[in-house]
Amino acid sequence: MASSKEMKEVLFGPIFANNPIALQILGICSALAVTSKMENTLVMCIALTFVVAFSNLFISIIRNHIPSSVRIIVQMTIIASLVIVVDQVLRAYAYSVAKEISVFVALIITNCIVMGRAEAYAMKSPPFMSFLDGLGNGLGYSFVLLVVGFIRELFGSGSLFGTQILPVVSEGGWYQPVGLLVLPPSAFFIIGGIIWVLRTFRPEQVEPKE
Amino acid sequence: MSKKNESLGKTVFVVVALCLVCSVIVAGAAVGLKPLQQKNAALDMQRNVLDAAGILEPGMDVVEIFEQRVQTRLVNLNTFATPETADGKDAMQYSPRMAAQDTDLSTNLTKAEDTAGIGRREDVAQVYFINSEQGDLETLVVHIRGYGLWGTMYGLLALESDLNTIRGINFYEHSETPGLGGEIQNPRWAANWEGKKLYDDQLEQVQIDVTKNVSDEAHDIDALSGATLTSNGVENLMQYWFSDKAYGPMLEKIRKGELNNG
Repeated sequence: MASSKEMKEVLFGPIFANNPIALQILGICSALAVTSKMENTLVMCIALTFVVAFSNLFISIIRNHIPSSVRIIVQMTIIASLVIVVDQVLRAYAYSVAKEISVFVALIITNCIVMGRAEAYAMKSPPFMSFLDGLGNGLGYSFVLLVVGFIRELFGSGSLFGTQILPVVSEGGWYQPVGLLVLPPSAFFIIGGIIWVLRTFRPEQVEPKE
Repeated sequence: MSKKNESLGKTVFVVVALCLVCSVIVAGAAVGLKPLQQKNAALDMQRNVLDAAGILEPGMDVVEIFEQRVQTRLVNLNTFATPETADGKDAMQYSPRMAAQDTDLSTNLTKAEDTAGIGRREDVAQVYFINSEQGDLETLVVHIRGYGLWGTMYGLLALESDLNTIRGINFYEHSETPGLGGEIQNPRWAANWEGKKLYDDQLEQVQIDVTKNVSDEAHDIDALSGATLTSNGVENLMQYWFSDKAYGPMLEKIRKGELNNG
């Protein structure tokens, strides 16, 4: 059994030290697409964390029996099944959110974070540690997405979770929303900003000059 | 990884076993959650109907208001019978879209008739009657659909009690280009439809026109810029659904007070 220090590192490392989005630059596509509203962002984060944690767990459980010639297909089958289950659950319990982000939930199958963790970690590590690793990477992804979603919804629409915080001009308030933030490309700027801040505090993440 | 894993037998075994387990899980989730999903879909349709009729307000109890005010009825478009059930389902659960795919429940349209590009039209229409507090017909909501640029656009049209003046339109499902044709979903564009007249003064010809140059205030709708084919699609489907091939005769009967009660 791994020491608790190691467990902590696996679980919390991906949030700041080895963030899948900020350092590995994986999973950017969905980070742009679903972050215009906090509600959608939160649901997407939960969905992805669930999928990456459990796909890591199941792949790790059967890792000693997976023939290496078909290992990618086996991983994909497990991930795809989990994604379909998540999609069905969302349609049953969060219909209005599911209608908006259903496309991106389905695309979790191709999310590089999930495949990356399965191939790089779960294939070589025991089940419990793999589960923690999945959870940690899901949290790292969620951290970045929630920050992006917070900034985009607050300054793009003047609201948080659909509740109006800053009264916008079109409804008689004083706040002129930043139109750019409603559009997906704005997430690039915010993610860039997050990477900048992270690397200022953790200079070891900066790549050496070539 | 041990050598044993790489044998053909083991590979086939692992893949087949995995597929079996995964398919059971996926099928279980799909079947087990179906009732809830259908309930959600029904709620969504109720919301769309109220939205088209202009009585949807944020935070209202959709199910309760719908039950109070809206009467869902089935009308056979060929015989004008008003059956209680169609396709083995009651008025609320009946889906015109599914009926249109069933050769027993729908009529094939000839190329010349089919201006909306829908192929088949269901025999039994699902019509929503919304009554005022005095019990008079206030709004009538009908399903409309037709081919746009990329696929079929599904919507609802609400008519005022004269069954000529448009109260609201709501396209709830389409696959038009976002930002161009997709603007048919924009409430601002839908607002253009309010108060327009479907028919000419004799209530005979469908007169509604989605056009670049609005000249006839009563019948012309400003087309979407950059989405000519979508706009044409909307016009074609209006031409079809309110002609005497589809809803025309039914509306005529309702206007005369038939089909209204019971």
